[in-house]
Amino acid sequence: MTKTTAASFIKRLPIPTLIIGGFWVFILIFGVTQGLPLSSLLTDTVRRFGMWGLLVLAMVPSIQSGTGPNFALPVGVVCGLLAMVCAIEFGFMGAGWLTASVIMAIVFASILGLGYGKLMNAVKGSEMTIATYTGFSITYLFCILWMTLPFTSPKMGWMLGSGLRNTIELGTVNANQIINNFLAFDLFGVKIPTGMLLVVFGSCFLVWLFFRSKTGSAISAGGMNPMFAKAAGLNVDRSRIIANIISTALGAVGIIVYSQSFGFTALYDAPLMMAFQAVAAILVGGATAGRSKIIHVIIGTMIFQGLLTNTPPVLGRAFPGTDLTEIMRLVVGNGIILYALAQVKRGDK
Amino acid sequence: MEPSLLSFKNISKDYAGNQVLKDVNIEIKKGEIHALIGENGAGKSTLMNILFGMSVIHNTGGFEGSMEIDGVETVIKSPFEAMEHGIGMVHQEFMLIPGFTITENIKINREIPKKAIYNEITGKLFGNRMRTLDFRAMNQDARAALDTLGMDIEEFTLLRGLPIGYMQFIEIAREIDKKGIKLLVLDEPTAVLAESEADNLLKAMRNLASQGIAIIFISHRLNEIINVADMVTILRDGELVVTKPVSDTNAIEIAELMIGRRVVIDKEESTRELSDDIALSVKDLHVAMAGERVRGIDLSVRRGEIFGIGGLAGQGKLGIANGIMGIYSAKGEVSFEGKTLPLNNTRAVLKSGVGYVSEDRKGVGLLLDESIADNIVFTDMQIHGSFLKKFLGFISLSDGKNVRKHARQMIKDLDIRCTSELQHTGRLSGGNQQKVCVASALTQKPRLLFVSEPTRGIDIGAKKLILDLLRKLSNEQGMTIIITSSELVELCSICDRIAIVCEGRLAGILPPDATPVQFGLMMSGMDMGE
Repeated sequence: MTKTTAASFIKRLPIPTLIIGGFWVFILIFGVTQGLPLSSLLTDTVRRFGMWGLLVLAMVPSIQSGTGPNFALPVGVVCGLLAMVCAIEFGFMGAGWLTASVIMAIVFASILGLGYGKLMNAVKGSEMTIATYTGFSITYLFCILWMTLPFTSPKMGWMLGSGLRNTIELGTVNANQIINNFLAFDLFGVKIPTGMLLVVFGSCFLVWLFFRSKTGSAISAGGMNPMFAKAAGLNVDRSRIIANIISTALGAVGIIVYSQSFGFTALYDAPLMMAFQAVAAILVGGATAGRSKIIHVIIGTMIFQGLLTNTPPVLGRAFPGTDLTEIMRLVVGNGIILYALAQVKRGDK
Repeated sequence: MEPSLLSFKNISKDYAGNQVLKDVNIEIKKGEIHALIGENGAGKSTLMNILFGMSVIHNTGGFEGSMEIDGVETVIKSPFEAMEHGIGMVHQEFMLIPGFTITENIKINREIPKKAIYNEITGKLFGNRMRTLDFRAMNQDARAALDTLGMDIEEFTLLRGLPIGYMQFIEIAREIDKKGIKLLVLDEPTAVLAESEADNLLKAMRNLASQGIAIIFISHRLNEIINVADMVTILRDGELVVTKPVSDTNAIEIAELMIGRRVVIDKEESTRELSDDIALSVKDLHVAMAGERVRGIDLSVRRGEIFGIGGLAGQGKLGIANGIMGIYSAKGEVSFEGKTLPLNNTRAVLKSGVGYVSEDRKGVGLLLDESIADNIVFTDMQIHGSFLKKFLGFISLSDGKNVRKHARQMIKDLDIRCTSELQHTGRLSGGNQQKVCVASALTQKPRLLFVSEPTRGIDIGAKKLILDLLRKLSNEQGMTIIITSSELVELCSICDRIAIVCEGRLAGILPPDATPVQFGLMMSGMDMGE
């Protein structure tokens, strides 16, 4: 019974998902034959899955609302970064720092998300291009802010001069891997970051629940068929704004989850290309620019991040002495993004 | 005897078994103005598509019969070939570039290169398209074409800012400037023109005809046809009713032949008693719906009445329901049960007990990738907050069990043929999709129901079911129903009164047993007094 359901589940996946998934499995097997322990490869994958989970989940509301994948993910990301540095500045530590960061992140993201949603309504028809450049612009706007905002905490400044450092250690506020370590355990040598997985799956469940609610179904109807929604007396523009606020907030909380697992907050141009990886992941998972489901987030993040993290060590082992790893990471990563972006047009909106 | 310029011989055409033209024969002579008239779906556009070799014809298996030009059998495979045979078309929508002068618009893609030595060299080096242009020769050609039409406007005027009436003439000038033009098709050319402009156009048409150019004139305006045409061909349901000289007929006969005497499907005999209460009153309604513009309509509909709105396509009948429901922007005064309905506010209109079944099932009426159950309850859930349950005390979620139960009841009541209430509506047949749309409207328990084109694209069996359902709703629940339809037969078989809309205005209101002549004349915008 389980076997047949698994088989029918795999059959329903789009062919590109299967190809990229198959490639990932191939890399894993190849890695094992090269003498790399499977447990360390899977540990990396699970951790990266947790780090990217919320950032990819942020794509769902915007796709469902008809705005397309949220290429302006950096808008959410900078909100999360701002919240984290503010929480450090105010002297929070450990769990207190985490709570303060999440709350502030949601507040900042709601404000910027509202503005971003309005912008998306003003540029209907070319959302994806405008969103991409919105993401770029806000990243650089915040580069100025990181330099000029009057932060004083010695944990974040340069040795000399003013402004924030490129990377800020979260160990200094006792927040390094704070979510990851919650209930963490080893399974056959694979480290399971229980807390982070709970956050990711919990958020997935909440988003799923939201789309079962009245407001959520209004948003997805507006995305599927704006005329239908209009004839049902709905305000499609309002739905799109709500969806983009949620998407931005998920991005903001997502970068906090990402950073604590990473151990650092990365400021300045670090958020610049983050949207592409998230968009690629959900598209690889089987979503289109017009339709997406939670399952696309889970499958896509697993396969895409799995392939991205496992390819460099495996190829590094296969071709020792060369500096192929970094090049391969870029080739594979951008190759998949390229493929995924080529899919965007096919998504019938 | 000289052969006809163009003859259609035994033309038949079906789209996937749906016969749209049956054995049509038409002869058009040199210098003749030949009017083509018929209701929507009579086959006019299909016939013109065949004449121009449009891909829609060839992609659907071609047509039967043959076409002869100057007595020679000709197959036209593309609009470009039609142009080479000297056949031109002036479309209803203008295809002109506002930033160009009249000359440039007329000569576009047929520009005359300057005769000069340097031009020979640039032509050789960079191709003919890089040669500079001989504006003097082009202006002369444009002038000649404009003169033929009797237009005294300067040919070097920019198009932008010219009155709309001129645009039509420039389109025609472009066609007649083409070498060897023999036949010109004008599709509703006067629809956008003011009366005086229309008169000028008719004059220009006569002028062209006197120079030997034949004109196929498609129009719904009977008086223009009587005024200008030599011959008239009437099509009805894909069949040629008659071709006769206009001098041998009159508007009344044409109107009657166009509508035809049709058997009304099982008209209910019982006399319906209606209250005198006015359920809906509409004053000076204007609706900005492209292609179905409403230009000031007054109506009152009694409670419990089945009220029909008919008229030809593009005359604005569909705009009325769309405007009142707020789908397209509207202005005017509408009141329902004595209370003013806010315009451009779909939510408020739905909330006050007005239901709507759109004419565009797939585009507006349904979410094709969602289940029947979700489609049926969606609007009611959004408007009245029904079919929701509380989760953890504060989050309202859709109550799946209740939704499915209601959907199953509706499927049973309306006899929707499906595998289950979870089947996606995109997989259903047209008739069943329509029933889902009606079910969705009924779920809101409306006291007034707008139904637009309820039977468009539905087979005859399903048609009857839908009409019976509407009649039942009216009889049993006293629901006021306003049906907008292109099919007069259908309106006559079910409605208590039928309003005919022409050019965005109300042409009149007729009882269902009015004669075809009365309907035909009203649809063609003729005053009943004439």
